[in-house]
Amino acid sequence: MGIELQGITKSYGHDTQPVLSAVNAEIQDGELFVIVGPSGCGKSTLLRMIAGIIPISDGILKINGQIMNGVPPKDRNLSMVFQSYALYPFLNVADNVAFGLKARKMAPAEIEQRVTEALTMVNLTEYRDRKPRELSGGQRQRVALARAIASDSKICLMDEPLSNLDAQLRVRMRAEICELQRQLNLTLIYVTHDQTEAMTMADHVMVLNDQHVQQIDTPLAIYNHPANHFVAQFFGTPQINLLSAMTSGTAASAQLVIDDDLEIELDQPLAAGRYTVGIRPNELQLTSVADQAGNATVINVEALGDQTIIEAILDNDVEVRVVAAGQMQVALDQRVTITALGPAFVFGTDDTLIAEQRGAKDARVATVN
Amino acid sequence: MLESLPSTKPQQPTNHHPFTKQSTTTKVASFELRKNDKYYAWLFLGPSLLLLGVFVFYPMLRTFYLSLFLTNNFGQPTVFVGVQNYLNLLKSAPYLASLRATVTYVVGVAVLTLVLGLLLAAMANQKLRGIGFFRTIFTATMGVSVSVSAIFWLFMFNPTTGVLNQIVMFFGGQPIAWLTKPGWAMVAVIVTSVWMHLGFTFLLFFGALQSVPKSLYDAADVGGASAWYQFWHITLPMISPTMFFVGVVTLISAFKSFGLIDLMTAGGPTDATNLLVYRIYKDAFMNGNYAQASTESIILAVIIAVITLVQFKLLAKRVTY
Repeated sequence: MGIELQGITKSYGHDTQPVLSAVNAEIQDGELFVIVGPSGCGKSTLLRMIAGIIPISDGILKINGQIMNGVPPKDRNLSMVFQSYALYPFLNVADNVAFGLKARKMAPAEIEQRVTEALTMVNLTEYRDRKPRELSGGQRQRVALARAIASDSKICLMDEPLSNLDAQLRVRMRAEICELQRQLNLTLIYVTHDQTEAMTMADHVMVLNDQHVQQIDTPLAIYNHPANHFVAQFFGTPQINLLSAMTSGTAASAQLVIDDDLEIELDQPLAAGRYTVGIRPNELQLTSVADQAGNATVINVEALGDQTIIEAILDNDVEVRVVAAGQMQVALDQRVTITALGPAFVFGTDDTLIAEQRGAKDARVATVN
Repeated sequence: MLESLPSTKPQQPTNHHPFTKQSTTTKVASFELRKNDKYYAWLFLGPSLLLLGVFVFYPMLRTFYLSLFLTNNFGQPTVFVGVQNYLNLLKSAPYLASLRATVTYVVGVAVLTLVLGLLLAAMANQKLRGIGFFRTIFTATMGVSVSVSAIFWLFMFNPTTGVLNQIVMFFGGQPIAWLTKPGWAMVAVIVTSVWMHLGFTFLLFFGALQSVPKSLYDAADVGGASAWYQFWHITLPMISPTMFFVGVVTLISAFKSFGLIDLMTAGGPTDATNLLVYRIYKDAFMNGNYAQASTESIILAVIIAVITLVQFKLLAKRVTY
């Protein structure tokens, strides 16, 4: 059952480019489904269409097998948490949580019970008589969560719920939301621009960019097999290195030469031509060498304690990022040798993934020429 | 007297803290400066004090003074009578009738203006084609002066040629003597006054509606609240500070209606629209009874002060969030 999106499209006016084009997805009951993408990619628009706040221009939305396109929001039996929390400033915490229940004319005794339960779940029972302005950002966020819990809907939509919180609180709330989702067995659709939230929270991730779905998969599958340039760059910090490469020779070949400098060998031969190779920073190896030797010069070092991020410039003026575990001692302007271990991704001229090189940590799949 | 102040206040605990001594010296310095400031203060306050004194404070005191006397035709006090003027007024049937008419008028204007202004603002707040045009039109009455609006409403209220009676007759009704029948005259001035107040009220309400965050309504949509429920439980509480403000402003402005009455009914027919302000004007400058007019002025001032105070006390709690 769950939620099915079939060719969901949103356009404003007739002749204009759609802001969201033919989105297909299936969201299973009880899963945490994250929609991720940069700002302006249409992810909030998609969520609002699922909620029914804005109409669907084209395509079919099914919830539990029933077409929901024309159904008003209140009859879709779902709850929603907004980025701005959307709390009513003139109501106290308990009344904010009870707002929808009162609007639905529920019996006062049951409202009271649900409000108490919901506030207990988010640890806000002693704040029930406070006004929103008397709460911190994190507490307001919890009130919004409590309101969603109290509605007792099995489907919950969240629109960037953590983006107004500071970094530490965000990490904590992330875990709390996951816990709530499991505890209540919610089908949670969670919109974010933060790839870390997508990676850490999701059962499945939908990556949106440029009005189109780029990829839908589990977080690790997306990290390990990015469908295209965009996905490869969007997931993983620091960003993946995208380097231009050519087949060696004029015939089809399994040998790829990256920026005239690094060379990798693929399992399958590719047609002769230009490609882009993606190698994650932690899959590059960097060793210090004496003056003049090596193939790159260090231009920036960020020591984070548990890892060291090094930017280096290859001799042919291409910049690469390398992540070394632990605290690596490298100086600026130092000469280094950079070698590529697997895995690497090969993208075609249309930016889509066409080949992968698994590689192994102990084997060199690419060497300095 | 200023110089003696430091000596009356014994030295603060000077020697306990190394920084205290320094701070007392700066205190003395700033104290001397403040002495100088005094002259600047008077200099800056002077012009406005002078103007307010001549045109507000002195007339106010003079009015109160006159209200305790009998006066001659030149407005000069002749015999001290104490509060006798007040007692006479509060027993005078025409005055009490005026008071009742004023209450009817003021309440009618304030309530209708609030309701209609909110209605127009709610309509203009919809996303409809060409709504910008109506938003402009609704505020347009702000740009029309009292005399102009009174005059063209006079045209519309004209019993034979006025458009309102033509409409009434079109639907088979008898023409109405708008400005010459006591009950209808009150209706006519209230309608005109509401129309004049509507632009400003609309503008404030529209601004208030626009500033209610959209997400509050989205959340209510998902939560299961109908449009009507949202209006009563989100929109009204969110704009209640504006409603309070508009209410007070309209009420006080209605109390002061003068030009409208003067041009449309001159207080008639048979004193039906002889509101307090107009009565004061007539008593003072047409009947030459300055003592009585002064007494009426003081009573009106007290009424307005009390209403404002009560409104603040009553509503201050409900409108803040």
